[in-house]
Amino acid sequence: MLVLSRKIDECIMIGDQIEISVVDIKGDQVKLGISAPSSVKIYRKEVYQAIQRENIEAARVKPSVLPSLEDLLPKDKKD
Amino acid sequence: MISVQTKAYGAIEVDERQKLLFPHGILGFENLKEYVLLDAAQPPFYWLQSLEVLEIAFVLIDPRVFRPDYLLEVAPEELTELGIHSPEEALDFAIVTIPEDPQEMTANLQGPILINRASRLGRQAISTNPRWELRHPILKELALARKK
Repeated sequence: MLVLSRKIDECIMIGDQIEISVVDIKGDQVKLGISAPSSVKIYRKEVYQAIQRENIEAARVKPSVLPSLEDLLPKDKKD
Repeated sequence: MISVQTKAYGAIEVDERQKLLFPHGILGFENLKEYVLLDAAQPPFYWLQSLEVLEIAFVLIDPRVFRPDYLLEVAPEELTELGIHSPEEALDFAIVTIPEDPQEMTANLQGPILINRASRLGRQAISTNPRWELRHPILKELALARKK
């Protein structure tokens, strides 16, 4: 992995279209500014990982446990 | 018609048009690209069955069933990359996670499944609105929606 040191307001270019700048540093938190073409999707890694984990959990489903939604609902108290 | 193996129903015949291609797979299953979309015997659910690994199948639901206020909110590129230029060209679903107690089932609105109806290309997008979360309790939200 490439490791670069940067100070506040300094930037990194990735290719010629993606620019990452250090906007602020407070304690153990770094605020980054990212300029990139709109086709580049940018997300926090935790979001990806959380969705991956949830998908893996979801894929474990046993078909026998799939109920009909109506059967799960408390029988309607008619209004 | 094509014959496919499914986790829920064994070998069944489906229309060729139920076959979907996910060029980037689904998060956590990036290497699996071919799926088939089936109506589940239990409405209003669907199955998204992998054609490559029999054991991998997802339960899907239309989020509007339990969240009438649901809006698909994803980056426009997620749609254009699938060749979708207007909402009616798209199908979108949420993946359902069913724990031991099915009453506790949840739907993932943070990572909606998008499908181009015509080309049958699909992908898992990521919601741009934090309001749509990883685990929406389907039964609780459905009960709330029905009260209104």
